Amino acid sequence: MDILLAIAIMALGAVVLGAALGFASIKFKVEGDPLIEKIEAILPQTQCGQCGYPGCKPYAEAIANGDEINKCPPGGSEGVQRLADLLGREVKPLDAEEKPKQIAIIDENTCIGCTLCIQACPVDAIVGAAKQMHTIVAQQCTGCELCLPPCPVECIRMEPIGENIDNWKWKYPVVEIKAAAMSAGDTPTGGAGGIKEAA
Amino acid sequence: MSHYLFILVGAVLVNNVVLVKILGLCPFMGVSKKLETAYGMGAATTFVLTMATGASYIIDHYLLMPFGLEYLRTLSFIVTIAAIVQLTEMVIAKTSPTLQQTLGIYLPLITTNCAVLGVPLLNVSNGYNFIDSLLFGAGSAAGFSLVLILFAGIRERIEGAEVPVHFRGVAIAMVTAGLMALAFMGFAGLDKYQ
Amino acid sequence: MLMNLFTFKGGVKPPTNKTQSVTLPIAQAPLPSRLVVPLHQSIGGMPQPVVQAGDKVLKGQLIGEADGWISAAVHAPTSGTVLEVAMHVQPHPSGLDALCVVIEPDGKDEWIAREAVDYKSLPPEEVRERLQQAGVVGLGGAVFPTHGKLTASKTVPMEELVINGAECEPFITCDDLLMRERADEVVRGIGIFRDLLQPKKVLIGIEDNKPEAAAAMRLAVQALGESFEVVQVPTRYPAGGAKQLIRVLTGKEVPASKRSTDLGVQCFNVATAYTAWRAIAHGEPVVSRLVTLSGNVHAPRNYEVLIGTPMGELLKLAQPHPDTDGIIMGGPMMGFLVPNADVPVVKATNCLIAHSERLFPPKAPEMPCIRCGSCAQACPHELQPFEMYWFSRAKNFGKTQEYNIFDCIECGCCSFVCPSRIPLVQYFRFAKSEIWAREREKNASDQAKARFEFKQLREEREKADKAEKLAKAAAAQAAKKAAEAAAAAAAESGTVPAVAAPADAPSATVNPEKEAKRATIEAAMARAKAQREAVQPKNTENLTAEQQKAAADIEARRVAAHLIEPEPAAAADQPAAPLDPKS
Repeated sequence: MDILLAIAIMALGAVVLGAALGFASIKFKVEGDPLIEKIEAILPQTQCGQCGYPGCKPYAEAIANGDEINKCPPGGSEGVQRLADLLGREVKPLDAEEKPKQIAIIDENTCIGCTLCIQACPVDAIVGAAKQMHTIVAQQCTGCELCLPPCPVECIRMEPIGENIDNWKWKYPVVEIKAAAMSAGDTPTGGAGGIKEAA
Repeated sequence: MSHYLFILVGAVLVNNVVLVKILGLCPFMGVSKKLETAYGMGAATTFVLTMATGASYIIDHYLLMPFGLEYLRTLSFIVTIAAIVQLTEMVIAKTSPTLQQTLGIYLPLITTNCAVLGVPLLNVSNGYNFIDSLLFGAGSAAGFSLVLILFAGIRERIEGAEVPVHFRGVAIAMVTAGLMALAFMGFAGLDKYQ
Repeated sequence: MLMNLFTFKGGVKPPTNKTQSVTLPIAQAPLPSRLVVPLHQSIGGMPQPVVQAGDKVLKGQLIGEADGWISAAVHAPTSGTVLEVAMHVQPHPSGLDALCVVIEPDGKDEWIAREAVDYKSLPPEEVRERLQQAGVVGLGGAVFPTHGKLTASKTVPMEELVINGAECEPFITCDDLLMRERADEVVRGIGIFRDLLQPKKVLIGIEDNKPEAAAAMRLAVQALGESFEVVQVPTRYPAGGAKQLIRVLTGKEVPASKRSTDLGVQCFNVATAYTAWRAIAHGEPVVSRLVTLSGNVHAPRNYEVLIGTPMGELLKLAQPHPDTDGIIMGGPMMGFLVPNADVPVVKATNCLIAHSERLFPPKAPEMPCIRCGSCAQACPHELQPFEMYWFSRAKNFGKTQEYNIFDCIECGCCSFVCPSRIPLVQYFRFAKSEIWAREREKNASDQAKARFEFKQLREEREKADKAEKLAKAAAAQAAKKAAEAAAAAAAESGTVPAVAAPADAPSATVNPEKEAKRATIEAAMARAKAQREAVQPKNTENLTAEQQKAAADIEARRVAAHLIEPEPAAAADQPAAPLDPKS
């Protein structure tokens, strides 16, 4: 008798709570997943498809549904780290080798103007017309390499973006214990009381 | 009146749910890497814990006790808490997307937070009435949030410190938590002063 | 002149080391063997080169054209031949290259035609334009194009114009000497700024360790009958920081992430005023500047130096001691060691200090931060360097921004006072450039995303357009065909039903309920016909009667074949379809 009562009461509780939750899930239904947007904000938007998905948004959706976070080579290990932080997952080594940031360059003497690369470019960074030489707008190029395979004359090559004065970064100040003396680029007084009264 | 004060101070400081009772360690270690997440988790836990103590008191006193089903406490409390968490999440998602973004995944995590189950059970074993239970729940939650936020602040700083290689990460966090627990032992006896 | 001075928090008093280089008057540096003029010498757009290798240029001739409004032109510092326009190492801590125009002087130092104008007769826009064309930039070190600062705000009335003659960094005396010797032209230059900005007050701030300069400026102000106030401010580094000087002179504190113009204050360097006057009243673009040569040298002195002079060659004038092992550009607090002795003097170069270990003993190793708070007390911007340091070190850049790292002016006071000898400023520079790099990446990825989404949208739209076009054409053809068929049926039904019967056999005889299907088939045929018509060769016009008959026969057979077996026609329709948009 006791056991029946217990079952009845638990069943009653389950029904009440279940009904409440069911009602709430209909009443408070929300569209969309803010998580996908957050993941997408971390992805580099090269739209290169190296992750196996046709673009960054599909990959973001896949990650939200449980796919691995280490499939994005352009994002680099830093991207993996940030995804891991966002999702509370383990940091994994990148699935491919990490490349320096690069852009595509068309050898304009070889280009035959077939427009195939223009169609392949996900961000419309290639300008040109049929039978006219094409060229790449360097600022828009994401370095996705999608234009390489369609080119019938292999006139596109990837070139790493070197360091220049505009994108140069101050390095992390490592002061080695022995070589504490100044290196180039160091501020002379970096340390205390560096200036002596000159004779 | 002083009775309530003792319950509150006792729950927040003396019998701190994390550092003294050693409950709710998973979120304590898991979401204390950043101050922002600690705030979110603290707020979410405070809300749910207070709700859960109230609800479990009602269930205990008006459903289980009259039928002599005290042995079903753990089970029914878990179910209730899970339902409350889910309900809260849905309501928040609908009414305040910003709050939901702040709380994020921490809200569903609370379901498995042992502090949330432990506090109602402690309420029962302490024989608290409804007001006492709510106060104890709120106090425990405040204690949890306090420790979590302090700990997150410390961990943010540890990131910049030169920790010996083998102690990096969770190891140094554990050492820190231990030191914090030692410090909280200083509060012992505070509620004995009558 | 009695005036209530204010004070800024923090600051330090390093040994000034200014007396060595003020004993002798300004000297003209001789023409160097070659001049390397970087094109990008100011904040803003990179000027485009307008000369080529082999060109003959005259002194003051334009060699780099300003790109955009915030950008300043670059000119040939002397007459000669352009050797090349190529990448050369820059006076920049990175030691990287940038585009330079290399000029071999011909020794004549021949000016182009200089046009002196009375600026009062010109509209303000033209004065600003002339300043841009003359390459006038802030010579205090920030090299912001001056014309960009000379437009009075429409919302905030201009209260004070602050002229910065403080020159607070140790060793540097070029502004001091400029004010002593050329006060008249400085004051006239300030007059231009005053007339363009129309401030209520003009304040010239000079540190009180330069009484001669202040006296000369007062004299010049009086002689020219101006109402500028020359104010001597207490000597304390960094009193020459724009925000600090504004605070001292006006009592106004520029809030975080705001500009002084929001408070109705604008600030210029005295050397900028001087070059502005030369540019307007003498038509001389900025091709030279005063540079202090000091430090570990035998004969410290100020020289008027052509832009582009290699630093090593210049420093020889001051006879550096044999143990000199580097050149610092700027002062010892904010300057940096240049990558090598070949880098050229640029508009931002106010001082070259010969570096030696005797003068600047190597730093002792960095020790842990003990959170003593000395840096916070020394910070002239009231920041908390120890907190920013901690988070920069941990690469927690979000937190550094919460502690307002971007208000740091990198004056070096915190590093100067740090008892643990932590190079704090280097950590802040690291954090700042990382944050900037991230912002650049973020912008690039946002842009890529927008472009990608637009491309997708466009492709969708094109597809939809194409489908719509096809559907429309098909519908029109179907309607036409149906009408024809109806007319034909009406005409033929009475006379020759037997002929029509076999052709129509599958549909007409037994399946009135399959009328719908038949309609689709007819539509498909119509489409096929339309396709055929579309791709009809152009050689059908001038055919002989026989050929036409043959073609008609074939056509008739085709039609018959399709009537019996409409499927292939519909199928033939498909591959033809993609041709449509291309033709």
